Amino acid sequence: MADHKITPEEIIKNGSIVFEKTKLMTDNELSYCPGCGHGVAHRLTMEVIDELGLEEKTIGIAPVGCSVLAYEFMNVDMQEAAHGRAPALATGIKRVYPEKTVFTYQGDGDLAAIGTAETIHACNRGENITIIFINNGIYGMTGGQMAPTTLPGMKSSTSPYGRDVHMMGHPLKITELIAMLPGTVYVTRQAVHTPVLVRKAKKAIRKAFELQQENKGTTFVEIVSNCNSGWKMSPEDSNKWLDENMLAYYPLGDIKKP
Amino acid sequence: MEEIKLMKGNEAVAEAAIRAGVDAYFGYPITPQSEVIEYLMTERPHQRTGMVVLQAESEIAAINMVYGAAACGKKVMTSSSSPGISLKQEGISYLAGAELPCLIVDVVRGGPGLGTIQPSQADYFQMVKGGGHGDYKLIVLAPSTVQEMADFVELGFKLAFKYRNPAVILSDGVIGQMMEKVIYSPQKTRLTDEEVDKKYGSWATTGKKNGRERNIITSLELKSERQEAHNHHLQAKYKKITENEIRYEAINTEDADYLIVAYGSSARISQKAMEMAAKKGYKVGLIRPITLWPFPTDIINKLADQVKGILSVEMSAGQMVEDVRLAVNGKVKVEHYGRFGGMVHSPDEVLEALENKIIKG
Repeated sequence: MADHKITPEEIIKNGSIVFEKTKLMTDNELSYCPGCGHGVAHRLTMEVIDELGLEEKTIGIAPVGCSVLAYEFMNVDMQEAAHGRAPALATGIKRVYPEKTVFTYQGDGDLAAIGTAETIHACNRGENITIIFINNGIYGMTGGQMAPTTLPGMKSSTSPYGRDVHMMGHPLKITELIAMLPGTVYVTRQAVHTPVLVRKAKKAIRKAFELQQENKGTTFVEIVSNCNSGWKMSPEDSNKWLDENMLAYYPLGDIKKP
Repeated sequence: MEEIKLMKGNEAVAEAAIRAGVDAYFGYPITPQSEVIEYLMTERPHQRTGMVVLQAESEIAAINMVYGAAACGKKVMTSSSSPGISLKQEGISYLAGAELPCLIVDVVRGGPGLGTIQPSQADYFQMVKGGGHGDYKLIVLAPSTVQEMADFVELGFKLAFKYRNPAVILSDGVIGQMMEKVIYSPQKTRLTDEEVDKKYGSWATTGKKNGRERNIITSLELKSERQEAHNHHLQAKYKKITENEIRYEAINTEDADYLIVAYGSSARISQKAMEMAAKKGYKVGLIRPITLWPFPTDIINKLADQVKGILSVEMSAGQMVEDVRLAVNGKVKVEHYGRFGGMVHSPDEVLEALENKIIKG
């Protein structure tokens, strides 16, 4: 029996499926670099919406950045926002459709630089939306420029000698700032570069969408991610670097709980 | 039931919005249009019709709230004044690119920069020619009375939804602030969510129901060939709007020797100047464009065969005059006259300009 190879048909027949393609992800080929955390974050978001039975009432918003084409991959109704404006779009949607489930999916440049005002004010109003915030410390899509979240000393194409905080300012811990606002109900920082963290991140995303159903305020899930291309590292090295550097500055865990 | 009220232009827009069954208004205060949001907040339209009113953190946020709600097939509007409209231009380009119906009210004040809070018509370029990026057009309505401020809310939404395109009420500080009699039509009920789904479910993002494919609202197309095709589609739509939606008022043009082209408050001032000119024995006609885009090119071109000269009157350094000249195409002399930077010309000044620049010039 040792050399018997189990076929996919046998597995399905036995009803022993442990994992399958996420129902609410389209068949379109992901535009993300191999090794990037976006794919996992997409999948977790769509799994949660599927598992909570929210497919028919969900409207998502894609940002400008690497996930600008998120609407090509997430199989729910989607809008594409101007750079940084996703929380304003989400506000518009939620105000005319309070019973729908609305989420934004934004990167650090989008959410914490150009869209800081929209982010803070949507959270401060306590809009009943969920914000999924991917923080990889760099502008990925435009080719690795410095982001508001780029670490001190970290090199990018616009901080080629490392981020000099005296000249370029400090990395913005926007999630801690968001947690201070009375409008937010659940603010957490997660990561997706190990299986354990993926499971934790999914729980957090699930909690965020569950709380949205209770209309208690804004829910905000930061996911600290790697950007192996932008950081100019192998996926493996970038995950190690994330662990040692990003998580030291951006510690994981719930910052505000209901 | 029909109702008559004495109101400011800004208040008339707000009341008309409630009565037209508008679903949401998102705005940010700026003089001289703040009465729009003040009136709406005071009237509690959510109690009257279920209409949502929200004061945003900026004009940028307000126009993007409009984008989000308009992309759901709802009847949504915003209002502002010139510097605020400059801020909205990014969002307006996205709305036009994504073909979202909505209404934008601009109560124009003098510029450039922070300028002045006094009336102006110097936003013609940024609304009619497109202040945002890319090849797009807005349907631009120019009211010259408080009644039209009210009436154009419904007309604007009608055209916006007919063509899935943003529509604009391009007013100015005079029309926005002055009080006149307004006759209102009866209250219209807002569409229910089910009716919105039925009417706009083919494109609106209202949740992927009943086994339909997901709807996507975007203005992005990374493949140039497809972006060009989208632009061709937009241009075809604009051509259709130009063929079907030009509106203007012609006064005393039948046997006119001279013509004034003016819109909004300048049209009212010019009408008075025209009457004064008649007493002096001049036969002067007036074309008042009601749609600034699409512009009433043909009638102006036709009248250029009849008149000896044309004066374009606008509270600007000369913006609409470019379109008048394009319409006339060199057939007769076209000159611009206008006070600007917040100054409003008098009928005497318009008459004097007509005599000096056109009749004697």
